[in-house]
Amino acid sequence: MSIIVDAKGLSCPQPVLMTLDKLKEIQKGEIIVKVDTDTSKENVSRAAQSQGWDVADIQEKEGGYQLTLKKE
Amino acid sequence: MEFPTDSNLIVGLDRADDAGVYKITDDIAIIQTIDFFTPIVDDPYWFGQIAVANALSDVYAMGGVPKTAMNIVCFPIDQMDISILRRIIQGGIDKMKEADVVLAGGHSVEDNEMKYGLAVTGFIHPDRILTKRNLKVGDRLILTKPIGTGIINTAIKGGRASGKIIEKVTSLMTALNKEAAEIMKDYPVHACTDITGFGLLGHIAEMVVDSEFGIKIQSDMIPIISGAIDCAGMGLIPAGAYKNREFREKMVDISSSVDRSIQDILFDPQTSGGLLICVDSKSAADLLIRLKNKGMNAAIIGEVLLEPKGRIVVR
Repeated sequence: MSIIVDAKGLSCPQPVLMTLDKLKEIQKGEIIVKVDTDTSKENVSRAAQSQGWDVADIQEKEGGYQLTLKKE
Repeated sequence: MEFPTDSNLIVGLDRADDAGVYKITDDIAIIQTIDFFTPIVDDPYWFGQIAVANALSDVYAMGGVPKTAMNIVCFPIDQMDISILRRIIQGGIDKMKEADVVLAGGHSVEDNEMKYGLAVTGFIHPDRILTKRNLKVGDRLILTKPIGTGIINTAIKGGRASGKIIEKVTSLMTALNKEAAEIMKDYPVHACTDITGFGLLGHIAEMVVDSEFGIKIQSDMIPIISGAIDCAGMGLIPAGAYKNREFREKMVDISSSVDRSIQDILFDPQTSGGLLICVDSKSAADLLIRLKNKGMNAAIIGEVLLEPKGRIVVR
């Protein structure tokens, strides 16, 4: 089971902060972030990349986006 | 829509500018503008100061002198202590005093979301109005305040900004564009605007859209608030920055060598931003020195070209 950060319904910078906190907590591996705006999708991608994580996949789901972030 | 007008309305809605201008006599025109918004800082006193500096800015950007103002207040009187409103108004009044503007009245409305701002009237000689148009080839563009307030404010909201950065951005947003406006009167300035919600490139776009000119921007010359680049890189970017980019990106050619975070900052919506002064190239260096001598972190950031017409090139 992947770790899921559900930031749907939240406006920026909340999804970014939740993602950064989780990345810091687990250090490496895979997490899924759910957001519902284009802004959050972009910002969460940047937040992940700034911490050395890859944005491995972005899917449109449930009226929003599901981002898969990975770090070996 | 057809708006009511007459021949004395020199600047009206037909060409969106910073403020409306109406000619009273051959020597006097009035400038009118209105702006109000929700709090962007936690402290009510500083919010009042920022709202007033922001509302007055449109008059300065037209080359005018603001003289009278009316408070506009929306306040949830049943849910919030009246002392908060008093602090907001006090901040506003102190800023008006600094600007030598008198408060002539105001209007308040009960509203769940607090808002504050001003309707402002200023004066100007009808022949000396500065709009966003009237550029001349070779003109230099001078920006009088660093940019990045939208991104820094997003970081503040997220608790990711240091006390020092909060202090810096607050002092920038409360700073009047009064001195810059007074100094530019001594120079052959052809156009001017203030940098607010559309971001730096959004407002530059308004200067060149459908015009005979293009503008080249030197991105490494643009003053940026310290910390803004890091915050942008971390994804602390307001939705407005993406909207601004989407709206104007067809007009803009940004070199791939310009860092992505800096590109974001170029579209970052500003609150109470600086003036963007378009001045004859021979006077640009002198005007810049005068602005810097007043403590402004100003810079020459670009120039007006004949080509590419109606476009912005960022290097």
